[in-house]
Amino acid sequence: MLRRHFLLASAALFALPAHAQTAWETVLAEAKGQTVYWHAWGGDPKINDFIAWVGEQAQARHGVAVAHVKLASTADAVTQVLAERDAGITTGGAVDLIWINGENFAAMKDAGLLFGPFATGLPNWGLVDVAGKPAVVTDFTLPTDGYESPWAMAQLVFEYDAARLPQPPQTLAALKDWIIANPGRFTYPQPPDYLGTTFLKQVAYGTLADPSVLQMPVDDASYAAKVAPMWAWLDQITPALWRAGKAYPQNEPALGQLLADAEVDFGFAFNPGRASAEIAAGHLPDTMRTFTLEGGTIGNASFVAIPFNAAHQAGAQVVANLLLDPEVQARAQDPNVLGFQTVLNLSSLDTSSRARFDALDLGVATLAPADLGPALLEPHASWMVRIAQDWIERYGVAQ
Amino acid sequence: MIMAGLLRQAPRITLALLTVPVLAGLAGTVIPAFANDAKGIQALLQWPGLPRAAGISLVTGLGSAALSLAITLLPVASLWGTRAFAAVQHLLAPLLSVPHAAAALGLAFLIAPSGWIARVLSPWATGWTQPPDLLLLNDPFGLALTLGLVAKEVPFLFLMALAALPQTDAARRMQVAQSLGAGRVASFAVSVLPSLYRQLRLPFYAVLAYSMTAVEMAMILGPTRPYTLSAQVVIWMADPQLTGRATAAAGALVQVGLVLGALGLWHLAERLAKSALIGLAHRGMRGQGADGPANVIAALLGGLIGGGLVFGLAGLALWSFAGLWSFPDAVPASLNLNTWTRAAPDLAQTATLTLGIAALATLLALALVLACLEAEHRFDLVPGAGALWVLYLPLLVPQVAFLPGVQVAALRAGMAGHWLAVAAAHLVFVLPYLFLSLAPAYRAWDRRIAVAGAALGATPARVFWHLRLPMLLRPVLTASAVGLAVSVGQYLPTLLVGGGRVETLTTEAVALASGGNRRLIGAYALLQMLLPALGFACALLLPAWAFRHRRGMAVAA
Repeated sequence: MLRRHFLLASAALFALPAHAQTAWETVLAEAKGQTVYWHAWGGDPKINDFIAWVGEQAQARHGVAVAHVKLASTADAVTQVLAERDAGITTGGAVDLIWINGENFAAMKDAGLLFGPFATGLPNWGLVDVAGKPAVVTDFTLPTDGYESPWAMAQLVFEYDAARLPQPPQTLAALKDWIIANPGRFTYPQPPDYLGTTFLKQVAYGTLADPSVLQMPVDDASYAAKVAPMWAWLDQITPALWRAGKAYPQNEPALGQLLADAEVDFGFAFNPGRASAEIAAGHLPDTMRTFTLEGGTIGNASFVAIPFNAAHQAGAQVVANLLLDPEVQARAQDPNVLGFQTVLNLSSLDTSSRARFDALDLGVATLAPADLGPALLEPHASWMVRIAQDWIERYGVAQ
Repeated sequence: MIMAGLLRQAPRITLALLTVPVLAGLAGTVIPAFANDAKGIQALLQWPGLPRAAGISLVTGLGSAALSLAITLLPVASLWGTRAFAAVQHLLAPLLSVPHAAAALGLAFLIAPSGWIARVLSPWATGWTQPPDLLLLNDPFGLALTLGLVAKEVPFLFLMALAALPQTDAARRMQVAQSLGAGRVASFAVSVLPSLYRQLRLPFYAVLAYSMTAVEMAMILGPTRPYTLSAQVVIWMADPQLTGRATAAAGALVQVGLVLGALGLWHLAERLAKSALIGLAHRGMRGQGADGPANVIAALLGGLIGGGLVFGLAGLALWSFAGLWSFPDAVPASLNLNTWTRAAPDLAQTATLTLGIAALATLLALALVLACLEAEHRFDLVPGAGALWVLYLPLLVPQVAFLPGVQVAALRAGMAGHWLAVAAAHLVFVLPYLFLSLAPAYRAWDRRIAVAGAALGATPARVFWHLRLPMLLRPVLTASAVGLAVSVGQYLPTLLVGGGRVETLTTEAVALASGGNRRLIGAYALLQMLLPALGFACALLLPAWAFRHRRGMAVAA
């Protein structure tokens, strides 16, 4: 509905002169001179720099300015849009573009707070590797339906210092043995933190008798029996965790800091290039390496979405499309910049675009795409909610 | 005539400015707790962490506030009037402006098992080649959080005590008590403390309420299983499932109740302490022996607090220049300017906006406060107890309990997202602090000077502009510096009313703190301190220069 209104309005404004414009040209024309307020997590200066660079590109190529609204949590932007809706603001909203995925997307889509569908109409959509990377259209088992556009792939990798730990464990069982043999040297971010919950899901993949149930909504009747092996695994390692499980790091950067401070021997990250990038920046020793577990690790995509009441929806679409540009994608994959995995199908690119990716030096700690192993699909969002909730009851409140 | 009419209304206007946003915001925030058959309250009661989270909030809040008060009063009692005291006074001002998040991160880096102290001592003294597995931060009893809160609140209370001391006639009272044979500490307790505490009570209540509801510090230093109630409320507010907002509203309601309960408990303690003090005075306590130990304890505690803050911030500052800095290296392996050069353009722009908002909010608040106090003076208005409570309102009602409501109101009014709206929101917080800081000195001004002026034919306005204001330059500037620091440090009001678009040093620093990047946080924290520190430097230096030929206006010793 909104999409139709938008097109009608655009048509009324721009199509009245008799020359024919494609829908995208209309968007470009409307976007020119707009300032897109991109609400994105602002906790990492490298990401902030990248967004600033994207803004320069948008300005140079399309005359669209980008203002990065740095958030402590993506949910702040959701709250903002919700507050606007509650206040009756249906146009001219403050949020134009949100870096989003998972729960936040599910909540906004469900509440009808999103503009779209727009993603599949973007000119660069054809370059996206939908077949090879199903996570670009399935966000935590929820079909994106074009209400968000992907811009980066992520896959869980484990980080370790090869100087301290020559042979890291490659399976969940071996990891458990290692943790128990080395008390105080392993931890994970405290659920419901995103990365912490991802670790729990990884444990679920490795311990559940039939991991395929994770792709369906939680079935209340069989839930307890199905996840019992996961809790058993966690019960065994918890006394041997960092601080004996009495405290947990809050999030991915906090865990990364513990690894840098040598308080723990393992970090993990959704960005396979994080370790290399941190080495390049001089924040981690160059003996850091990464590995994934046998059988694969969880992978997902990062998206951008546009609120239903965004003031600059045309500009926001232009930025979403720009993010899928091969030059921008190659820059994001450069470990000296971000080290994010591309969402594009490299074989569909022309030679010069392809060359940009081939020229990248992924860095000493980054696994080649072939060595990453399979990317396991994210479980249904109801699992994340349920497991995080139960985790809080089991481990989240001091006894 | 119109001006005089306006002046007479100034107190009413000011009180309305404080009450309306707080009460309307409170209603807007708390009503969701009761919506849908009180689902929010049900969800809160079902949360297993509630008793512990509420208990930790209460204990860390009361404990840290009481400790802060004790640590403030002890050096005042034992060191006041000495050279060391003057030195401490100059050190304090910049510390006051340290934002909570930066102070917490600095402290965390200092005391963590992989922190600076452990690095300096390892491995030669400790034998540690990797950090020991010790639960020093985020401990379940909130000790690290208490330490952080104390370190942050003592400078504020101390400054308030300094502002109040000249009104207590302390020097002569101490002389009398000491000539009767009492020790310094005992003399202070019996003769100065009662009137000093009367003036410190309001700032202290604010400290108590703040300590119980602090969010940034609780997230960094506090227990995490569960978090403190205030931190958990903010986490619920950010819950993507949106149902969390009702739970957050219920939590905010409990938070308000906890603060009221704590204030009640403290009031009881005040009465007990009062009768105990009177009893001691009646029995002729001299307490000569108490001075020695009190001096030592005062120096130790002061050193610990000051040292913790200063070295914590120095650590962060060093991080802002650090290359690789691994455990157990005492200093970084290399230094560079990468962090600063990368952040410079952002820093300059953000600092300018921060200063603009702070200056506007402070100027407005100062004008209102002066108008109120002058109206009180000219029309012989006696502020009732109710007026005082209204003044505290924004400081006592937990921010998480009324700001979300204010946010919705600002959106409805189409004001959200503009820096002027943020300045207006800051005004609500700057005004009480500025009033609390200025009123004692303003009211203590000798009215006979005004009478003399009037007898010589001066109008009330002339008396105000040419006698009262110049004579009160020092407290006015100090109060303005406090206002500036308060505005610079505001996080939630800036975030919510600014809609994320108004970026100040503090919102940037807290966003960065969530990423734990010590290098960049160090850079922001340094700047965040610098702005208010400039204000305090002005408050100290300007009067000294202006009164260089006025011996009677020198700092009373």
